[in-house]
Amino acid sequence: MAEKNNLISGATGDWEIVLGLEVHAQIDSNAKLFSGASTEFGAEPNAQVSLVDAAMPGMLPVINWFCVEQAVRTGLGLKAQINNYSVFDRKNYFYPDLPQGYQISQFQQPIVGTGAIEIDLADGEVKEIGIERLHLEQDAGKSLHDQHPNMSYVDLNRSGVALMEIVSDPDMRSAAEAQAYVKKLRAILRYLGTCDGNMEQGSLRADVNVSVRKPGDPLGTRCEIKNVNSIRFIGQAIEYEARRQVDLIEDGGTVEQQTRLFDPKSGETRAMRSKEEAHDYRYFPDPDLLPLEFTQEFVDEIAKDLPELPDDKKARFINDYGLTPYDAGVLVGEAENAAFFEAAAEGQDPKAVANMVIGSVFAGLNKADLDIGDSPVSAAQVGQLVGLIADDTVSGRSAKEVFELMFEDGPDQGKDPAVIIEEKGLKQVTDTGAIEAAVDEVIAANPDKVAQAKERPKMAGWFVGQVMQATGGKANPQAVNQLVLSKLGLD
Amino acid sequence: MTDLTQLNLADARDGLAKKEFSAVELTQAHIDRVAASAALNAYVLETPEKALDMAAASDAKIAAGEARPLEGLPIGVKDLFCTKDVRTTACSNILGDFTPPYESTVTQNLWADGAVMLGKLNNDEFAMGSSNETSRFGPVVNPWKTGDTQLVPGGSSGGSSAAVAARLGIAATATDTGGSIRQPAAFTGTVGLKPTYGRCSRWGIVAFASSLDQAGPITHTVRDAAMMLNSMASFDKRDTTSVERDVPDYEAALTGNIKGLRVGIPQEYRVDNMPAEIEKLWQQGIEWLKAAGAEIVDVSLPHTKYALPAYYIIAPAEASSNLARYDGVRYGARQQGVDIDDMYAQTRAAGFGDEVKRRVMIGTYALSAGYYDAYYVKALQVRRLIAEDFTKAYEKCDVLLTPTTPSAAFELGKNVEDPLEMYLNDVFTVTVNLAGLPGISVPAGLDASGLPLGLQLIGKAFGEEELLRTAAVLEEATGFDAQPQDWWSA
Repeated sequence: MAEKNNLISGATGDWEIVLGLEVHAQIDSNAKLFSGASTEFGAEPNAQVSLVDAAMPGMLPVINWFCVEQAVRTGLGLKAQINNYSVFDRKNYFYPDLPQGYQISQFQQPIVGTGAIEIDLADGEVKEIGIERLHLEQDAGKSLHDQHPNMSYVDLNRSGVALMEIVSDPDMRSAAEAQAYVKKLRAILRYLGTCDGNMEQGSLRADVNVSVRKPGDPLGTRCEIKNVNSIRFIGQAIEYEARRQVDLIEDGGTVEQQTRLFDPKSGETRAMRSKEEAHDYRYFPDPDLLPLEFTQEFVDEIAKDLPELPDDKKARFINDYGLTPYDAGVLVGEAENAAFFEAAAEGQDPKAVANMVIGSVFAGLNKADLDIGDSPVSAAQVGQLVGLIADDTVSGRSAKEVFELMFEDGPDQGKDPAVIIEEKGLKQVTDTGAIEAAVDEVIAANPDKVAQAKERPKMAGWFVGQVMQATGGKANPQAVNQLVLSKLGLD
Repeated sequence: MTDLTQLNLADARDGLAKKEFSAVELTQAHIDRVAASAALNAYVLETPEKALDMAAASDAKIAAGEARPLEGLPIGVKDLFCTKDVRTTACSNILGDFTPPYESTVTQNLWADGAVMLGKLNNDEFAMGSSNETSRFGPVVNPWKTGDTQLVPGGSSGGSSAAVAARLGIAATATDTGGSIRQPAAFTGTVGLKPTYGRCSRWGIVAFASSLDQAGPITHTVRDAAMMLNSMASFDKRDTTSVERDVPDYEAALTGNIKGLRVGIPQEYRVDNMPAEIEKLWQQGIEWLKAAGAEIVDVSLPHTKYALPAYYIIAPAEASSNLARYDGVRYGARQQGVDIDDMYAQTRAAGFGDEVKRRVMIGTYALSAGYYDAYYVKALQVRRLIAEDFTKAYEKCDVLLTPTTPSAAFELGKNVEDPLEMYLNDVFTVTVNLAGLPGISVPAGLDASGLPLGLQLIGKAFGEEELLRTAAVLEEATGFDAQPQDWWSA
């Protein structure tokens, strides 16, 4: 059934977008899928190329079992069927960055079969997206076209690096859903440690299949947008492509099955090749490799060490910590964030900790462009600070200042909040005598406002503000409020 | 001193051990003979300096009492084996002067056991051929001839078979994808052994058809073949299709006793138009084995007639993909083009010979969308049926005896224009590759025009000991000691 709010309108009525994604995730491994060469990013061109990667005569691929484990681990994380018997096929085509003249991939019998992941929609709903399959394959090298005026260079460092191609069912109906899918998939992969999810370095990239139809109609002809490498671009590419297809059909044209490229500069997609120009890849089982077989014990052993995944963690945060689904969702987006929160929440009010982690820590890191691992304020310090607010040692307002001071202290995570509070004299004033004196002072200095307050009791807030200012924010706001109301005769 | 090139491997080994001659002397004798053999075109690259260095090292080992199994024995290497710092071309123009920075596992094993390399041997381009006429270096000429007629040495290991027959190396490495060791051995009066698929590592051997290719030796005697296999065979982690299995002492398996052995005779190998002489030789082989105490059993391999068609789908299909790496981008010969596609086209058009192009096209066609199921999948089904044929036959027998080839060596150029006629050469040998079994060709006699003919024994998977033992008994019974007249020495 079409979801009403996802439809895009055209001249002839509403249209539904149908989206399926093929995500290429680089396996987090030290060595390549079929050779011992390093996979480290950023090496000099062609510094990480074995004889096998360069497809020298007589060289043979040998499976890297760690990559197999990683694929199985990912399959388990996607709650998918694990195939104990799968087959490597050759996908044949010529390209300078493809040394063998074929890519070793899995065609008819992939290592992982159907599974599913749940995505969180903006309205708080959860939607299940089907996974059709996951298979192992080799990455290609890279052609460099900007090194010479009329020649291209080839860098084979990436040639043979292990990829997981994760194919979804055509279950997504909007750019936002596709983006949520990629985010969720990325989070799962990162939790599992099977892919670093770094889209800038190309560790995660998506081919997006887009088609449009009138709600209830059969599937339309799809176009595949190749190699989109950021979540934002995925959104832009889908919006543009869906609109293009709707306009095309409404102008009396038909969508041609095509492979298209997204140009981030223009925000447009353009045709790369049509169906007629599509390669005949002549897939056949790679005779250099035996079928990939492993026992159920091999799978069970991996399953045993599977970490808690985002969905489970989110549910636990809601149930055990009483967090809102939104806060829980934000915190579990990255495993490191969730771990930071849990460390900070130890012995503290979890909701207050969640607020500080999301409101102060994330905001500060974001502004400073730092990862959670480089946070100048440790989880323990966040916990301490929340505790100091809770026991009235410091006011919420002063706590913000304390946090900023800790943050500025830099990555050495030098001073604990209690020390800063002491040094800066930010300890909350709970001595009612001192507060009373401040209240009296403000009342005495503002007889006109006092008169107004008698008419409009809401004016009391102004007095509270003045007193807080006068005490440098250190006064306990509740005590101030109580005294102001009482002195003004409003209680 | 006797002519050291007349020795077989085992005798040369024993002579070296007894210090009747040195490895350098033995090697020099062969180097000299190779140098005078240009008319045969068996070697495409001679490495005399390397050979003498290796031989000198071997003499030191022998003097120190540390002789290894093949110490000081000079052999030739088919140009399909990558040899470190020694040009390796698979006899194709497309590889140019490619010089590998690595050594194939099989040759490495041989050098580690003390063998001496005389040079690289001619073969059909990428091992595609049955006559050694598709080599970029031109055809090899069979040392055997009838009158003035020059004959082919068989293929694709024609350089290996000619070299051993002409005593240009005591033994040679070879490879067999559809008969490329056994057929040239039969054509030259030598012994050719194709081991079980997975017995020898394929690492560092230029690939033709990965699921069929297997390295093996061409030698003077069955004992020599056993010696060579002892060194060539190994499990290799770098070739996942090699099998982790101990290498038994094959030479020790040559007990001479085959009493009670059941020898199967596959009826389907009585093909149409088989020369009466070959039929007769086969019958003679049966009698020899019977006389040695074997029991003869009629067996059926009903899918034999589909083997050749299936082979000529599977092998080209794999080859079309295996040869895709020869694109002019990274190594070998490159022709300039106006763009990348043109560069590929020009490079491959100039680099590959006709037979290679033919097979790349056949294979590409067979794997194409819409034809894959009808050709490739069907061929794989046939392959499985053929393997099952053997499994069933081996319930009734231990080894099979067949002719190696349907004819003796033919005239140079005779089948060049008729690929189908050429492909028929493999009719008795391809089944063995499709089933992954070991097979050996033993010279068994001469035909009416004085040309050698071979009989083939086929064993069970990893049954090389039994196979070699039977072959040695057959060899003994034939009393074959004919040699080609030396007409070629310059």
